[in-house]
Amino acid sequence: MTTVHAEAGKSTLPHEPEKATLEGRNKVLAFWLFLGGEAVLFGTLFATFLALRNSTNDGPSAAELFHLPLVAAATFLLLASSLTSVFAIQAMHRNKPAELRNWLIITVVLGAAFLALEIYEFSVYVRHEEFGMTTSAFSSAFYTLVGFHGAHVAFGILWIAILIGQLARKGLTVVTAPKIYVSAMYWHFIDVVWVFIFTVVYLLGKVG
Amino acid sequence: MDWITTVDHKKIAILYLWAGGFFFGIGGLEAILIRIQLIKPMNTFLDAQTFNELITMHGTTMIFLGVMPVIFALMNAVIPLQIGARDVAFPFLNALGFWTFLFGGLLLNLSWVMGGAPDAGWTSYTPLSSTTYSATHGVDFYTIGLQIAGLGTLIGGINFLATIITMRAPGMSYMRMPMFAWTTFITSAIILFAFPAITVGLVLLTFDRILEANFFNPLTGGNPVLWQHIFWIFGHPEVYILILPAFGIISEVIPTFSRKRLFGYSSMVFATILIAFLGFMVWAHHMFTTGLGPVANALFSVSTMLIAVPTGIKIFNWLFTMWGGQVRFTTPNLFAVGFIPTFTMGGVTGVMLASAPADFQFHDTYFVVAHFHYVIVGGLVLGLFSGLHYWWPKMFGRMLSETLGKWTFWTFIIGFHLTFFVQHFLGLMGMQRRVFTYLPNQQFDTLNLVSTIGAGLMGVGMLIFLWNIFITSRKPADAADDPWEDGRTLEWTIPSPPPEYNFKQTPLVRGIDAFWKEKLAGHKSMTPSEPVGSIHMPSATILPFLMSVGIFIAGLGFMFSRDTFGSDVLSFLFNNYIVTALGLVITFGSMLMRSLFDDHGWHIEPEELEGR
Repeated sequence: MTTVHAEAGKSTLPHEPEKATLEGRNKVLAFWLFLGGEAVLFGTLFATFLALRNSTNDGPSAAELFHLPLVAAATFLLLASSLTSVFAIQAMHRNKPAELRNWLIITVVLGAAFLALEIYEFSVYVRHEEFGMTTSAFSSAFYTLVGFHGAHVAFGILWIAILIGQLARKGLTVVTAPKIYVSAMYWHFIDVVWVFIFTVVYLLGKVG
Repeated sequence: MDWITTVDHKKIAILYLWAGGFFFGIGGLEAILIRIQLIKPMNTFLDAQTFNELITMHGTTMIFLGVMPVIFALMNAVIPLQIGARDVAFPFLNALGFWTFLFGGLLLNLSWVMGGAPDAGWTSYTPLSSTTYSATHGVDFYTIGLQIAGLGTLIGGINFLATIITMRAPGMSYMRMPMFAWTTFITSAIILFAFPAITVGLVLLTFDRILEANFFNPLTGGNPVLWQHIFWIFGHPEVYILILPAFGIISEVIPTFSRKRLFGYSSMVFATILIAFLGFMVWAHHMFTTGLGPVANALFSVSTMLIAVPTGIKIFNWLFTMWGGQVRFTTPNLFAVGFIPTFTMGGVTGVMLASAPADFQFHDTYFVVAHFHYVIVGGLVLGLFSGLHYWWPKMFGRMLSETLGKWTFWTFIIGFHLTFFVQHFLGLMGMQRRVFTYLPNQQFDTLNLVSTIGAGLMGVGMLIFLWNIFITSRKPADAADDPWEDGRTLEWTIPSPPPEYNFKQTPLVRGIDAFWKEKLAGHKSMTPSEPVGSIHMPSATILPFLMSVGIFIAGLGFMFSRDTFGSDVLSFLFNNYIVTALGLVITFGSMLMRSLFDDHGWHIEPEELEGR
């Protein structure tokens, strides 16, 4: 009896539930637009960083500071979380709410691990390298750019965690699906920004 | 209470209008005080510090809290109606956008009573705006107030983009959209790509001032010119955010009162897009005198001058629309016709300023002041007056008095030209802007007196307009659906003011100027594209208001986080970021509520629509 119900429930959910309603389509579209604005935001932060990255004011320079293995580990965690969020959306499209939930949980855990590494990295700089917000123009630009990204990660973790709770309460519907889809878009965006940070801040800081 | 919880775009429009009008009044009073101080040489009416605060707040208030909200008021009132939609794409966000704007504006103006207004000019150039040269909390109010208000603008921009992309009535292709909808669309796109830049700029300046970061402090490796780049890469597109909606209004009003289709509609569309595109390419013309070098100066000169081409296309299209038309000089059309030569003069001085060598002479003189007031007041404000008189019956169901409207027009436009025309000559003779007084017998005396008299006359024009609103509000709301009788677009097909659901049945659009096309075919109303059915409406909610209150509290808390207070309790609360955290808890708590408790809205049933 229950299986029949579950089967019936399955067939009512459309193939791409995030785009099934006007509200859902509006959400996805507006989120693309919002990400356009976010791109300008990070673009301005990158420009600021590039303008000030050699203004070290006798403080530590990028080459002295950065420890690439740590950053590489963080990068690996974040890229992996982007992949797991893809799996989550695929599970959603196959209408497998439990699988979707599990992949989202893994995404959040990977994101939190990334964030923990970043907090550790910052704390090392502040405590052992005397490299704080006020040290130099370079330090201000570094903490602002990387910190903004970190704040985005933290917000994304909270957001997806709330969505997992919502999924448990309401199930996968045409109302919850757009929210999950949009949060995955956000998460990929954060990931792309990190790829630029890894290149422009860390790699260029070490070798440029 | 109804007004605090509303998510109806027509009510939000009225909120924007009153709030924007309120700040416009404050900005206007500041302008009058500035002009009184400059009425004669060596005047002691104001001291230098107060004068600095007044010019800073006049510019900031007028741009961010005066004209932009009034533009948003007209967009909110008109756009869903013009495209045949029942609401905007995100009614909840629409309300949120309004409340963040209002609380940002209130925060900024609190500075007058909380220890000093911002005093570094509306551009807040560093290092003048650093704590070294601006020691009060003034600039903090500027950075945090504008940050909160800017959030509202960005939300509004995204909302209009989504609305126009997805919610047009059947048959309304992009190339059948009314010009005001087009300019709103493009303006929203500029907002989307320009505002995040100033967001970052304001964050950096806030960090410099509150967290002692070093972005703009040259002593620790910072770069003051970086602020100028960030400010103007937002600031120049902002000019087009302001003027494009005015272009849209003029393109609605002139065809209506010429009983002719807009001449060169598609060239108007492409000129609008081109202006938006070029608007992002020209920011450094504000910075010629910082020494960017000849190559940069030449490139930015040429790209700036290029903007005159699409703008010229627009001017001629308006003239050709009137040519051979049955022109009626109603109040809205008077403002629209007055707009054309006035704005053109502002454009011509713009080309003069775009020439880098000439700019070295004009820089920071009253010539620049005259130029941008011709663009913003002679362009945008005349456009807004035109739009307000034109759509007032649609917004409120009452026609403004035509007689008083004409009085408003003549006093305002004569006052305007008296005030600012002479400032071109003051600038060419070398009078500097932003300086609180001047010496006698430099030939500045008479022209400044004339300018101040003109400013008074503009004030009189505003008072007549307010009087007009006041007496109109006491009349019965009996405006016809199509009160100008020559309405061409969809908003004139529904009652004035429109019912909550706008359109009982979504109309079918069969061409540009959809309503005019039906009129020509002998129809009295639009052909519906759907049967009468149940209409889904969003529920009213207090959450947008609460979120904005939270951001407001968090902003104040952050601003005073390094202060010492007389009372230990206050110091404890602020220094440990407890006030900031409280504000953020209110905001994020409201967001959580919004997320956890689904609101499915409500329906208006067909029986109710038929008035049964």
